[in-house]
Amino acid sequence: MLAKRIIPCLDVRDGKVVKGVNFEGIKEVGDPVECAYEYNLQGADEIVFYDITASHEGRGVMLDVVRETAKKVFVPLTVGGGIKTVDDIRDTLRAGADKVSVNSQAVQNPQLIKDGADIFGCQCICVGVDAKKVGDNKWTVYINGGRVDMRMDLIDWVKKCEQLGAGEICLNSIDTDGVRGGFDLPMLKAVCSAVKIPVIASGGAGKLSDFADAFLETDCSAALAASLFHFKELTVQQVKDDCRSKGIIVR
Amino acid sequence: MIAIIDYGAGNIFSVKNALDYLGFENKLTDKKEDIEKADAIILPGVGAFPWAMNMLGLSGLIDTIKEQAKIKPFLGICLGMQLLFEKSYEFEECKGLGLIGGYVDKINEPDLVIPHMGWNKLVYNHDCPLFDGLGDDEYVYFVHSYKAFCDNKNLYAYCEYGSKVPAVVSDGRYIFGCQFHPEKSGKTGLKILENFAKMSQEVK
Repeated sequence: MLAKRIIPCLDVRDGKVVKGVNFEGIKEVGDPVECAYEYNLQGADEIVFYDITASHEGRGVMLDVVRETAKKVFVPLTVGGGIKTVDDIRDTLRAGADKVSVNSQAVQNPQLIKDGADIFGCQCICVGVDAKKVGDNKWTVYINGGRVDMRMDLIDWVKKCEQLGAGEICLNSIDTDGVRGGFDLPMLKAVCSAVKIPVIASGGAGKLSDFADAFLETDCSAALAASLFHFKELTVQQVKDDCRSKGIIVR
Repeated sequence: MIAIIDYGAGNIFSVKNALDYLGFENKLTDKKEDIEKADAIILPGVGAFPWAMNMLGLSGLIDTIKEQAKIKPFLGICLGMQLLFEKSYEFEECKGLGLIGGYVDKINEPDLVIPHMGWNKLVYNHDCPLFDGLGDDEYVYFVHSYKAFCDNKNLYAYCEYGSKVPAVVSDGRYIFGCQFHPEKSGKTGLKILENFAKMSQEVK
């Protein structure tokens, strides 16, 4: 049986970890290599760097961060943000990432998922999806950091991602992100029953029990959080202890 | 020195990074002399079996590998482990290195997600020097769609994913294989790599 994964996410801009609330109000909170190392010590099952650098030069900085991290962190590393082409995927994997996460670019160019999976294997293509509720059990997909509504049905999109060869889906709810009231369980349930590939819950973790709740009430394979871990309100170990005490298999 | 065989396969840098971090001298190489000089050999690998055998063939290293694996510690990782067997059915029937009896075929679990990807628990089957210092509750990181089919005598540890998935195999002497990625398996994986590297020093 696979263990449920706890994944801390680091938002990185120009080589520094930053954190915003509801996609806005950004502030710097530290060095990404050090933060990743600390999470590794806490027992993180995987670490995600989400690059929010706008400029092209910034991409090189991100690859340096990955290279340095890979020298001292020995768990899988995922890099998302700004990955537009097969060459971007190749550069990121060569720098030491194990997976890439594609989001807006995959919506605009779904072929990127297929090409990436065909060349590098589906296990290294994670599709990040930002979605927002529009009605009863109905959500639409947003791009550009939750700013642009694509008026595209969430369930149709995740099924398409799976068909194209995505290895997993990282599902971020715009409604619960930054609100800290727990993961969006109805949305998670809907996506988990639509696809067979692993689904990572993202957006909304605010307290210890939110993680176990996501694992107990949905079939998600992993749960991701950023600020909760950044601001040291919880450690990865505390989350795992809580899950373990509730009978959930964690590493 | 531990030779990490570089035949164009992915993820060799993470194996190197892990050995560097542990403080064991190592070298990425595709040279026969380095492999012969080395105290131990690691054969990494990500990708498809026929492609990897073809690349090894083109590098002219197959005979050297077969000969050296019998006289010094040898560790195949992921696809590198699968290459140790006699043959594989990935895409087409393809001959392997034949260092351990058995073959490689698809993980046939219609109800489970393939690839088998994530952290799974090691279940020990026989004692093995690679397990020195490990506890009963050790998880390691897997990413693969094919698995080995081999005799119980060569199966040193497995994990459960629908059925048994061989995790550590060995000929009982110098040849070892890990289906998981020790270089991505946190503290547990580093311990396994360290145990392997230490073996090379004892042999020396």
